[in-house]
Amino acid sequence: MTHEQARARIQERLGVAAEGEGSLLTVTVPPERWREAGSLAKDTLGCLYFNFLSAVDWKDQGLEVVTRVENLEVGLALMLKTRLGAGQSACASLVPLYPGADWMERECFDMFGIRFEGHPDLRRILLPQDWEGHPLLKSYAVDTPHPPYR
Amino acid sequence: MEIKAPTPQIPPAVWTEFKDLQEWEKYHQERPEGDKHSALFESATEGVYNFPGGFVATGLADAVLNWARKSSVWPVTFGLACCAIEMMATFASRFDVERLGMVPWASPRHSDLMIVSGTVTIKMAPMLKRIYDQMPDPKWAVSMGSCANSGGPFRHGYHVVKGVDRVIPVDVYVPGCPPPPESLLNGLLLLQEQIAHFRQTGKRAAPTEKVD
Repeated sequence: MTHEQARARIQERLGVAAEGEGSLLTVTVPPERWREAGSLAKDTLGCLYFNFLSAVDWKDQGLEVVTRVENLEVGLALMLKTRLGAGQSACASLVPLYPGADWMERECFDMFGIRFEGHPDLRRILLPQDWEGHPLLKSYAVDTPHPPYR
Repeated sequence: MEIKAPTPQIPPAVWTEFKDLQEWEKYHQERPEGDKHSALFESATEGVYNFPGGFVATGLADAVLNWARKSSVWPVTFGLACCAIEMMATFASRFDVERLGMVPWASPRHSDLMIVSGTVTIKMAPMLKRIYDQMPDPKWAVSMGSCANSGGPFRHGYHVVKGVDRVIPVDVYVPGCPPPPESLLNGLLLLQEQIAHFRQTGKRAAPTEKVD
């Protein structure tokens, strides 16, 4: 599959145009089509390699979940983005498609507080289990007291 | 006939079997604050010290005991971050702390000194406290590097203890990021000097107040 074919498939299935030139395509989808975009990437475009998943806090514009999956055989990289609404923290989980997303989504939940619906084991992964708050949010004050040590 | 894959049997966590250790630590933590000896021993030494001319006896006893203590300070091997590399270099043959009588020992039960080498995160602080509590008295602590001294470059982060003296009492602070082995050796020599002046009847400094 060439990059032009992939671009056409994305336009046809998701109804959005893929941005970017060359081998890296950036696709921004609404959050209710997040799982559909993942299945398109894996099953249709053959992006079997799950690279990373993270999030960006755009303050009053809401959180943005970013993931990158790649088709290593044809050299196609797909950057999937979705913008959760302001005040929203729920997103579909990609773990049923990509098992490698398990710990990435747990870290994302740990740092940003995004509830991935359908995740089999959504717990904190890096911070202690009794930690309060999600420290990579812009609204988290870094001098939040954490007794007894600070 | 159906062949099934063997189901793995996961053994229970190891620490669940250490009942006696937990009880020992509980006993260890229940001792009065700031009191390194029993009240009877302290009253006896105070009596000898306050007797006319008695300070000679206590001073001589302290000198002998402190000479023995400072000549065999065993640091527990406890590396937290990149400072541990410099600590290992100090322990190794080139800088050779064994000529100071120090043997890096891999057990807190047999150690006198904890070199806190590196960043103490809030998640690690209870474990550090626990290892320090497991060391028998008299014990000393050296804070090595900027992170252990004050939090260092992570002081304004969300997850780092701003100085290990908020967790355990510290005797010598070694600055540097990381301190080279010469600095740590200097700190260990300062600690030996401090141990040589340790008084049996004295009181140790309390941990600093948790400010800001």
